[in-house]
Amino acid sequence: MAKVLVVTSGKGGVGKTTSTAALGAALAQTGQKVAVIDFDVGLRNLDLIMGAERRVVFDLINVIKGDAKLEQALIRDKRVETLSLLPASQTRDKDNLTEEGVERVINGLREKFDWIICDSPAGIERGATLAMRHADVAVVVTNPEVSSIRDSDRIIGMLDSKTEKAEKGEQVEKHLLLTRYDAARAARGEILKVEDVLDILSIPLLAIIPESTEVLRSSNLGAPVTLGSPNSAPARAYLEAVRKLQGQTIVEVQKQRGLFSKLFARRAA
Amino acid sequence: MSLFNFFKRNATSAPVARERLQVLLAHERTIVGGGESDLVAILREEIMAVIAKHMAVPQDKVQIKMDRGASVSTLEVDIEIPATLATMRPAA
Repeated sequence: MAKVLVVTSGKGGVGKTTSTAALGAALAQTGQKVAVIDFDVGLRNLDLIMGAERRVVFDLINVIKGDAKLEQALIRDKRVETLSLLPASQTRDKDNLTEEGVERVINGLREKFDWIICDSPAGIERGATLAMRHADVAVVVTNPEVSSIRDSDRIIGMLDSKTEKAEKGEQVEKHLLLTRYDAARAARGEILKVEDVLDILSIPLLAIIPESTEVLRSSNLGAPVTLGSPNSAPARAYLEAVRKLQGQTIVEVQKQRGLFSKLFARRAA
Repeated sequence: MSLFNFFKRNATSAPVARERLQVLLAHERTIVGGGESDLVAILREEIMAVIAKHMAVPQDKVQIKMDRGASVSTLEVDIEIPATLATMRPAA
C-alpha cells in the first residue's frame, strides 16, 4: 500500500526541497520504490538539487494536461534505481495545477511506487494546498526561528482541516523535522531549543538536522545529502528519520533528552 | 557592567522568542487556524439563529471566541443586548 508524504513548511528557504531529496533518496536506498514530485510550478528546484536538471523532458503539468504519459515524465535517478523524480513545470502557470489532475497523477503513482513524496512550494496557495491534499503523512520542516515556527503552526492547522484525510474525519500523521539546528547556539540561549519548538507546535519530532556545510556542498554537486555525503551528520539524521518513517516509531514530544543519547548512539554505530 | 549586560541580553533572546510565539499562536489558532475557525463560524451562525428567534440583536454585537489551552479550552460568547430590548419581557 503506497504512502503519500508531503514535505511542507509554509515559510520558504527552511529546507523543504533539500529534505525531500534527502528523504526520498534515503527511502529508495532501503529498496523502497520512491517517487518525488515537485509542486513548485514556475519555480522548480527539486530537479536541480537532485542533479537531474538536464534530463527534464516532460513535467507534472504536461502529465496533468495529457501532453505526456506519467512514464514519460518520470526521471529515474542514475544513482539509486528505485528513485524517480516528477519535475514541476518551469514555464507554465500554476493555474494549470488542477485538483482533478493532481488526484489522477497521485493515483497513477500509487500503483507503481511505495512512497510518493510531494515537495510543497512555500506559502499557502494552490500549490501548497494541492501538495498536501492527498497526504497520509506530513513532514513539517521548521527552523528554530520565530517566523518559521509561526508559519509551521499555520500549516499544521491546514493539515488538520484542508486535506482529504481531515475531510474524512481522519488525521494526517504529522512529524516535525527541525532543520538548520545549531545545538551550541541553543545551549547559549541564542536560538530556540528543540524542547521549545516541540512545546509550541505539539507534534512529534522526526529528526533534528544539524546546521552543516555538507548540505550546501551536496546541493552544489546535485546530490541529495544522503547520497552525496552519507556519513555527514545531516545525512545520518535523515537516514534515522527514514527508519522512523518506515518503522512508525515516533519520538514522543516529552523525550527531551533524546538528542544527546542519539548523538552518542550514532557515534557508536 | 556593560559587558555583563551585553552577554546577558544575548543569552536571553530565546526565552523572549518562546514567550512571544506562545502568546501570538494562542491568538492566531482561534482567529485563522484551519479547523477551529470553521467550528467558531458554525457556532456563531447557530447561536445567532437562536438569538434571532427571541430578539433582534445586530450581528456585530455578538462576539464568539474560542481559547485553546493545554488542559482546558473555553468558548466565550459575549452578546451585547440593546437597551430597548433589555427591558422587554419575553413574548407570551
